Amino acid sequence: MTRNMICIGCPMGCELTVEVENGQAVSVSGNTCGIGKKYAESEVSAPTRMVTSTVMSDSGKPVPVKTRTAVPKEKIFDVMKCIKNTTVKLPVKIGDIAVADVCGTGVDVVVAKDAG
Amino acid sequence: MAEHISLAVIGGGPAGMAAAIAAYDSGITDVAVFERDNELGGILNQCIHNGFGLHTFKEELTGPEYAGRYIAQVKERRIKCETGSTVLSISPERQITVVSREKGLRVIDADAVILAMGCRERPRGALNIPGFRPQGIYSAGTAQKLINCEGCLVGKEVVILGSGDIGLIMARRMTLEGAHVKAVAELMPYSGGLKRNIVQCLDDYDIPLLLSHTVVDIKGKHKLEGVTIAEVDEKSVPIPGTEEFYECDTLLLSCGLIPENELSLTAGVTISGATNGPVVDDTLGTNVPGIFACGNVLHVHDLVDFVSEESGRAGHNAAEYIKSHGKKANAPDIINITAGNGVRYTVPSTVDRANVESEIHLRFRVRNVYKGCTIKIVSGDNVILSKKKRISVPSEMEDLIIRPEILSGADGGLTVMIEEGSV
Repeated sequence: MTRNMICIGCPMGCELTVEVENGQAVSVSGNTCGIGKKYAESEVSAPTRMVTSTVMSDSGKPVPVKTRTAVPKEKIFDVMKCIKNTTVKLPVKIGDIAVADVCGTGVDVVVAKDAG
Repeated sequence: MAEHISLAVIGGGPAGMAAAIAAYDSGITDVAVFERDNELGGILNQCIHNGFGLHTFKEELTGPEYAGRYIAQVKERRIKCETGSTVLSISPERQITVVSREKGLRVIDADAVILAMGCRERPRGALNIPGFRPQGIYSAGTAQKLINCEGCLVGKEVVILGSGDIGLIMARRMTLEGAHVKAVAELMPYSGGLKRNIVQCLDDYDIPLLLSHTVVDIKGKHKLEGVTIAEVDEKSVPIPGTEEFYECDTLLLSCGLIPENELSLTAGVTISGATNGPVVDDTLGTNVPGIFACGNVLHVHDLVDFVSEESGRAGHNAAEYIKSHGKKANAPDIINITAGNGVRYTVPSTVDRANVESEIHLRFRVRNVYKGCTIKIVSGDNVILSKKKRISVPSEMEDLIIRPEILSGADGGLTVMIEEGSV
């Protein structure tokens, strides 16, 4: 299978063509440097993204949260659903866990702002 | 009688906080930060996405986390912060008038002032979009504040005009919150936002980016019903026959940011037509002695890390100004820096080479997308600095570091220019 993507390693934005076999990149072309190759390899095998959002607090004001590390891309909407169903009790501090091991990803959703 | 402080910092966002911290660390401890909002942090409070701090902290933080690091440093130093306080005017003699709920109206004399008021969004009225004025049209940053700080989703079916970074970030944010973003239309043939945002905010969610397109009509009398988008030619004129109607209840505008300089004008600060920010010298000092500027009020940045670094220099320089009572060590020898071929503006626009102590950051934006180009600083017929770039784009600010010794070779003014290469 061939996949086309744009490298986000730098402002060049190289248009990459990736040959994929069994979920692994077997060849990358169109890249100008090594960053493009690395980016393409991880994008086709296991793309991950940070998720940032807000959870509601008992004060009625939202509190910003983030996944501590990136989660699998296909889990983004599951993670969002879980975040939306979460409320926290103030006060909270940066790094407090809002949701532990969100959607079985092994990643915690943590508070990103001191509040309350 | 008026109160007195050594340094007044106007604005408690990333620029104001970094400036106040640097001034304090340079020996001026009688500093006050005036912030009109009820908390420090400025725009970072609503920028809940990640990607901040890669340069400064070598890690990716969200906006509130990045602000939190600076708020902690401000608190550690016990720097006076007057939140909920709006500065109404600044006189050329650096007398500031400030109003707050607790203390009423006050007049304060300052030995130096740092302008760090940030910028605001270009509103619909400045865009010449025809049509009605229904509810449902927001600037992207307003929608961001409503969603992230107030917890109100502003709409369900969304079109975004302008591909600036806030527009792209909001396309993703609204999608995650359950809205359907139908398209992002961009007048220019290239995006005004960072490439990583196009990939991670639009491509990830299959949101189309319509380059060389704009909104030509708005439908809906009381509530927005939809917008008409058309393709434009190379002169940005809509091409007849290309119109397409998009049903939507929300239109977000992400069409550029304008430094907020009403206060600067009250002080008699000269504003540049290219940046809409103060004209500054290499100390980030304006034409009014003792008034400095930094951050987005000076020129709109794309990375907060650059704002913090620049503001730190402004804070340090303001402290030096106060300590030396405004006197320079040497007789000034001022040379102009001009934006040449392909360069829209430079900050600073002058340098006093007799009093330069350390390296100078020369920041600028290019006019177009240049691949395989060379950035040159020339003085007369001499090239005093030359740097090859694989690519240079308008959406990413350039930062050239000039060592003081190379200025001595300059003959008259400096011109920064792009030499286009073969692609």
